[in-house]
Amino acid sequence: MPPASSSLGPTDHSPASVRSLWRLRTYLRPHLAALAIMLGTALGGIALSIGIPLVTKALIDGPITNHEIDGVLPLGLLALGLGILEAVLIFWRRWVQSNAVLSMETQMRHDLYERLQELPMSFHSKWESGQLLSRVTTDLSAIRRFSGFGLLFLIINILQVAVVTIVLLNMYWPLGLVVAFTAAPIVWLSMRFERGYVVLSRRVQDEQGDLATRAEEGAVGIRVIKAFGRSDHMSAGYDRAAQKLRGTSMEKVRLAARFWTFLEVIPNFAVVVVLLLGAIGVGRGALTPGELVAFITLMLSLVWPVASLGVILAMSQEAMTAAARILEIFDTEPDIVDGPGERLAAEGGHLRFEHVDFAFPDEPGRVVLRDVNLDILPGETIALVGATGSGKTILTALVPRLYDVTAGSITLDGVDLRDFTLEKLRSMVATAFEEPTLFSMSARENLILGRAEATDAEISEALAVAQADFALDLPWGLDTRIGEQGMSLSGGQRQRLALARAVLAQPRVLVLDDTLSALDVHTEKLVEEALRRVLAETTGLIVAHRASTVLLADRVALLQDGTITHVGEHRELLATVPAYRELLAADADLEGAAS
Amino acid sequence: MTTTPQAPQQSWRGVAADGLEQDEITAETSARLATRSRRLLGDLLRPYATAIRWLVLIVVIENAARLSIPYLVKVGIDSGIPPIREDDNLDPLLLIVGIVLFATITQAVARNLFLVRSGTIGQDLLFEIRQRVFRHFQRLSPAFHDEYTSGRVISRQTSDVDAIYEMLETGFDGLVTAALTLVGTAALLLFLDVKLGLVALCCGPFLAWLTNWFRKSSAKTYRVTREKVALVIVHFVESMGGIRAVQAFRREPRNQEIFDDVNEQYRVANLAAFRLVAWFMPGIRLIGNVTIAVVLLYGGYLAFHGEVTVGVLAAFLLYLRQFFEPMQEISQFYNTFQSASAALEKLSGVLEEEPGVPEPTDPTPLPHPRGELTFDHVDFEYVAGVPVLPDLDLTVPAGQTLALVGTTGAGKTTLAKLATRFYDPTGGRVLLDGVDLRQLTDETLHRAVVMVTQENYLFTGSIADNIRFGRPGAGIEEVVEAATALGADGFIRELPHGYETEVSNRGGVLSAGQRQLVAFARAFLADPAVLILDEATSSLDVPSERLVQRALKTILAGRTAVIIAHRLSTVEIADRVLVMEHGRIVEDGSPADLVAGGEGRFSDLHRAWIDSLA
Repeated sequence: MPPASSSLGPTDHSPASVRSLWRLRTYLRPHLAALAIMLGTALGGIALSIGIPLVTKALIDGPITNHEIDGVLPLGLLALGLGILEAVLIFWRRWVQSNAVLSMETQMRHDLYERLQELPMSFHSKWESGQLLSRVTTDLSAIRRFSGFGLLFLIINILQVAVVTIVLLNMYWPLGLVVAFTAAPIVWLSMRFERGYVVLSRRVQDEQGDLATRAEEGAVGIRVIKAFGRSDHMSAGYDRAAQKLRGTSMEKVRLAARFWTFLEVIPNFAVVVVLLLGAIGVGRGALTPGELVAFITLMLSLVWPVASLGVILAMSQEAMTAAARILEIFDTEPDIVDGPGERLAAEGGHLRFEHVDFAFPDEPGRVVLRDVNLDILPGETIALVGATGSGKTILTALVPRLYDVTAGSITLDGVDLRDFTLEKLRSMVATAFEEPTLFSMSARENLILGRAEATDAEISEALAVAQADFALDLPWGLDTRIGEQGMSLSGGQRQRLALARAVLAQPRVLVLDDTLSALDVHTEKLVEEALRRVLAETTGLIVAHRASTVLLADRVALLQDGTITHVGEHRELLATVPAYRELLAADADLEGAAS
Repeated sequence: MTTTPQAPQQSWRGVAADGLEQDEITAETSARLATRSRRLLGDLLRPYATAIRWLVLIVVIENAARLSIPYLVKVGIDSGIPPIREDDNLDPLLLIVGIVLFATITQAVARNLFLVRSGTIGQDLLFEIRQRVFRHFQRLSPAFHDEYTSGRVISRQTSDVDAIYEMLETGFDGLVTAALTLVGTAALLLFLDVKLGLVALCCGPFLAWLTNWFRKSSAKTYRVTREKVALVIVHFVESMGGIRAVQAFRREPRNQEIFDDVNEQYRVANLAAFRLVAWFMPGIRLIGNVTIAVVLLYGGYLAFHGEVTVGVLAAFLLYLRQFFEPMQEISQFYNTFQSASAALEKLSGVLEEEPGVPEPTDPTPLPHPRGELTFDHVDFEYVAGVPVLPDLDLTVPAGQTLALVGTTGAGKTTLAKLATRFYDPTGGRVLLDGVDLRQLTDETLHRAVVMVTQENYLFTGSIADNIRFGRPGAGIEEVVEAATALGADGFIRELPHGYETEVSNRGGVLSAGQRQLVAFARAFLADPAVLILDEATSSLDVPSERLVQRALKTILAGRTAVIIAHRLSTVEIADRVLVMEHGRIVEDGSPADLVAGGEGRFSDLHRAWIDSLA
């Protein structure tokens, strides 16, 4: 079958992609026996599917034509036996295949997740979780389909087409040639179709994505839309996008219609030609009637393997792309790794920034922090004040090494943070973020993030500090699921839980990144009172936007344009630094009252 | 193998209300659901009645042509060959081959026509569904949206509509062809030879049984698989989205444990589904092969006795092959069909939801609203029997700036929501310039009354687009003017593309304060007679709040305003302050008077606030 094998050539795919797929072969290694069984049973199945029409032929040409009733039974039983055997082989192959490919997929997903958790924030801030998700779902399925199905049938279909064509050529060569010539355009056509179809499918997906975004905006922004009475405006935009999608989908429908039509028509034309030539052949004695029947049956049995060959080739390309996308993640090395100091133990909590510079890895030219120097004594609490974009959040992220400094160093009790193991460092530093991340899990699971062994008493204590006792009154208490898929909580409640989580970790250094912004005045006051007790023994770094939060701290550091310009007490800075006053005095008229 | 293994203990997931009610669908409910989706389907299909009739005709022609081909092959063998043998007469054969050619072409044309036509109808339907659902969600009240949650609104419009799309794209054609093939082939087999046909059709009950078993079991495994993959996705997306917290709290090992658990559950569920297919596919093949062997045996016997010809036997074998092929297709189609019909049920449910705040049938026009807001004996309760606002009487004269103060749950936000008609009062009336809000169209009401909340949602698009949302026809000068009035012009011009900078909700180009300023500019451009600010400045940092504070004086000039605030700095500019508690107004007066009184709650709050600044 020359056309099929020639279209398999490497010219169609970039060698790198083939190599990508090849590099993932280690995942197949534990399943080599299964693969062998799959190949063996599939080959057996093919042999049988060729064998059954041949038995039919023998039956028609032998016993029926020669009127020998004795031959009918054995041949019929042979056909029966072969038929049962074929079903058994199919079952065996599919059974083995299910186990093997699913284990492989699960293993790959496990490894991907493991690697992704190791990769630092600088990686994750570049990748949306949706992009990562499509790698652990869509791409893995593409590879699974290829290794369980594509790879197998790529081999088998080529073999089947080759063998059947040889059998047909042997039987009656003029007809064999007709079949061979029909197969070529089908393979070519189905490959071309599949490629065009993939392109269109991507466009449809993009447009569906656009529509989904609009649906999302229509839902999440409903209050704004209602408040302005703009439903019609939104609907009009949605209609336009839906109309566009409809157009693209129609293109896809037309392409598919053409393809499926041809796919059915080409073999039918072959039947026309075979019937014409075959009947003449039988009439002139070059062919037996049985052979003609077997011929047509075998020929029709080729339609699927030939047509699917194109689809499988396209599928392999897809799997190669998927493999390349997955390797993108496997090939990224985590650059924030454990330090050598296995047994380094810090005591006291003396945190020191020395000439710290920071720039994001993908924008090395843009300096975010420059020459930051700050000395926080054990047990001391420093408030970090600065305008939006002055670099407060990133400064706090350097402490648990979510990012590493570009230059300079941060030390805890005299030890460079990079010398601790991550495990050790992050057990000493706990952060409550401004945007509290809650997972769709029980409230308890969300709270004990930083200390899995926390007792109920400790949890209640942390909840009390954060004024988050509401968590105990949820319908199922601490077992209530919260987060996206569970009970919805207000912004203030979420922040208080995040705070409780940080407090519960009993860290040596507590970092609060504007954790109280969503609380009302009353609750804020209660939280602050309780926090003051916690902070008395803990080293604290607090990002603050309001005077009330600043008062939790012993000293204030003013961050301007990426560097610390002033360190001092609140009242002192308020009195002497105009920029500080600008940031914290609520109203020009009230400056008198504040100072 | 039909029972799925018990899921391992998932204490980490916690308990949620939705999990408890899911499985409890009674027969009665499911019948009602089916009727509802049939009603929707009928409603959608009605305009296409004629087109569908044509489609049926086309598909029958197509299948007739397709099914005739094996029969013609038989005729070719039986009647075309003998003349050639006898006197080399090709004419009968050529005639038959000509007919086969004609049938082939007819089939091709009809098939293409059918695929394109049915595709068009499908896409039109889908468009119609999308349009209806989106518009309907837009019409439903915020109260509905609060309860229904945006996640479900989005999945109705994405995954559910996609499920229907999927069915139209992959399954529809397959199902029609499969059904017609089954019926047509069965008829032809009987027509070719009754005895042989009856023997062949004996496989029917076995096929029906196997398919039915598969259908039932796969519906179960399919649902389990969906659930498990959802678990994998949720856990994955959340742990990647919250990777900062994950790493900061050394959560990785525990996460890996949980992920391995859900990943394994997903594998087991998938395995059950795959094994089902591993039984079903060879099962169909087995029935097919046994039938072929039996036909061969019995047919051989009949042929030996001259009761059937070789041609009939050949045609029989060809037809049988066609008979079993669509069976596999039906099985693959079934899951698609299952999820599409589930989607249709959910969509029809949404579409039958009545808007909580209906548009008036005979609206009162209000061409020049002044902005006088009156609450006339208003009662309101979210839950029956728990009044939030009992008998509220309040008039806000046009042009007044009113501040609402009170603890959380005092009913301030409810009052604001009644004024914007997010809800209708349970008793009494809310009036704008003396007209009941229920008499105004959405359009009219919201040209007059605009609310800005803490939730400063920005839409995909440029900053100019977002400001223009307040008045879609506005030119860029007006947009700039509005931004300038609020003091937002400065930072907007410093952005990479100025007013044309794209904002997105994820990529934070703008800080929270800047977003809020854009939201204010949007409201300012809308130029409403009544402006309601619900906690609009509480998320701002001090410099931004000061900026907004200054701008508010400009914005509020010449219009009615209702300001709800926790922080008293916002209240300073009000003409009048209402202190609310448990849905009642407990203090009412100018801020200066209330502070001067020195006794009331407002003066306490004021003192506490002054202290907090120190």
